[in-house]
Amino acid sequence: MLLVKDLVVSYGAVKALHGISLEVRQGEVVTLIGCNGAGKSTTLRAISGLIRARAGTVEFEGKPIHRTAPHEIVRLGIAQSPEGRGIFANMTVEENLELGAYTRSDPEAIASDREWALSLFPRLRERFRQNAGTLSGGEQQMLAIARALLTKPRLLLLDEPSLGLAPQVVQTIFKIIRDINAAGTTILLVEQNAHMALKVAHRAYVLEVGVIKMQGPAAELAASDEVRKAYLGMH
Amino acid sequence: MLEKFLQTLMDGLAVGSLYALIALGYTMVYGILKFINFAHSDIFVLGAWLSYSMAIMAGLSMQSAVPVAPWIFAALGAVTVLAAVMQAWDRAGYDRVPAAWRGRLPTPGLGGTLTIVSLWGWSSVGLAFAARMIATGAAESSAWRTVAGGVILLAAMSTCGLIGFCVERTAYKPLRKAPRLNVLITAIGVSLLLQNLGQLDWMFGTRPQGMPRLLPDVTLAQFAGSETVPPVKLHLIDVVGAGTAVVLMVALDILVFRTKLGRAMRAVSYNDRNAALMGIPVDKVISFTFVLGAALAAAAGFLYAQKYPGLGQTASATWVLLGLKAFIAAVVGGIGNIRGAMLGGLLIGSAEMFARAYQSPSVADIYVFGILIVVLLFKPTGILGTNAQEKV
Repeated sequence: MLLVKDLVVSYGAVKALHGISLEVRQGEVVTLIGCNGAGKSTTLRAISGLIRARAGTVEFEGKPIHRTAPHEIVRLGIAQSPEGRGIFANMTVEENLELGAYTRSDPEAIASDREWALSLFPRLRERFRQNAGTLSGGEQQMLAIARALLTKPRLLLLDEPSLGLAPQVVQTIFKIIRDINAAGTTILLVEQNAHMALKVAHRAYVLEVGVIKMQGPAAELAASDEVRKAYLGMH
Repeated sequence: MLEKFLQTLMDGLAVGSLYALIALGYTMVYGILKFINFAHSDIFVLGAWLSYSMAIMAGLSMQSAVPVAPWIFAALGAVTVLAAVMQAWDRAGYDRVPAAWRGRLPTPGLGGTLTIVSLWGWSSVGLAFAARMIATGAAESSAWRTVAGGVILLAAMSTCGLIGFCVERTAYKPLRKAPRLNVLITAIGVSLLLQNLGQLDWMFGTRPQGMPRLLPDVTLAQFAGSETVPPVKLHLIDVVGAGTAVVLMVALDILVFRTKLGRAMRAVSYNDRNAALMGIPVDKVISFTFVLGAALAAAAGFLYAQKYPGLGQTASATWVLLGLKAFIAAVVGGIGNIRGAMLGGLLIGSAEMFARAYQSPSVADIYVFGILIVVLLFKPTGILGTNAQEKV
């Protein structure tokens, strides 16, 4: 479904990605784990078209998209819940969700998708008319995911959904990520919380300073010594 | 006493609503791109001068009608031909060129933009001609004169909107990722360019001109007054001027806060990167914002010329000061805040008029700048401004 080949991205003179390749197949949850500064968010930004690749290709459903504008990529069916949640704090929860449906015009389909998103995150229903800036961190994360879902994506990119959240909220969010996948949306999940990420994912890639170090089924990686030492905090 | 107060208040609101119209353009562009578009006040000046030119062309003045400058047709014709060529290039040419050459050749996409520009230019010319036809069809009727004036208002708004579009595409868009100081300096450059272009003989020239009155000089109402106290007069021009300004501001407010496009504008203004992730075409929204601001400034230019018919040359200091006051209005109201710009405009206009009436016209600007200093001291974000935190 998504095929990234030899992707090179640099910020000025600094190379953030040294030619990485990865693949996401229809129906999977794939996770990209790694430390701060490994290039995880950069990868997602390049897929969404927010930054241009220096070299390499990104293909979505067989079509090259690495020269496509970000708003067109959303229309093709790739949504991203960005790093830091990226909600519009000056607008209400309702308006944020309406912005998610910006590219769509069928009011009935939008309304039913909104119902679905709100049933996944009942907290958002309680806060529906509240300013998004007043939500708690966990609620903002829920809003960011719900808003991305309203673009009706076939591929959902999640950038660190667990960042800065209480453990219990993290549990809830990951359970919902599973539900979203079960409902048919393919997911590429970027996480520092390798423990949780490897639990939900089918397959995983380990990114270290711009290079893919390991890849394979999530369960296999979770059992490997190297990952256990470096990312799961076990000795 | 009361008469003088009421008269001053009315004058203040009339002028203030024009400041507000200009301030909106400053504030909208700042809200989205976080830079001060110094060329904005020159769009206002062009609006006034274009209204004058079109009124003369339509034969609405005592001077005889002048023919339309042939260079306008030449320029529009050239753009149209270029648009057709670029359309063909986009459709068929680009793909046939060897990939190695493509880096040096224009990428597809320009054809569509040029087509929009040429169609837009022709329809502005069409509006100006409509005004001319209305004016010649009913030379002596004041009602038809007013209708022709309304069409000229639309034509000036459309033309200035096009100018705003072109300025953004050619001067600011290439600098989207450059440091803000570069864009600011570019804006000053564009401002100087527009001011000095306007002085050329084939544009508006260096001589001051008198804008023909398009509204009958009617006093709608007159209150009190005696042998010593002049009466309070409510002029039609003030009512129409402030009324047009209010209608435009209400329309803008509805657009920004009640429509999907307005929601997209606010999203881009909050964070353009995340707006793009919602599928919002950020560049188009930015272009639209410039066009909207420029059209409002043109309306202000038209209305200003109706109220104060003596138009100085485009680089004259009077214009610069007017633009500066509108900018102050935007800052006082809270830059980036649309309702703040409206409030700031009315406040600055009233302060100026009260100082003029009760003290002396020569000190009026002291109060205007005094308000700015007080607001900046006690609420640096402006009256309605909120403290936007820079996010990493």
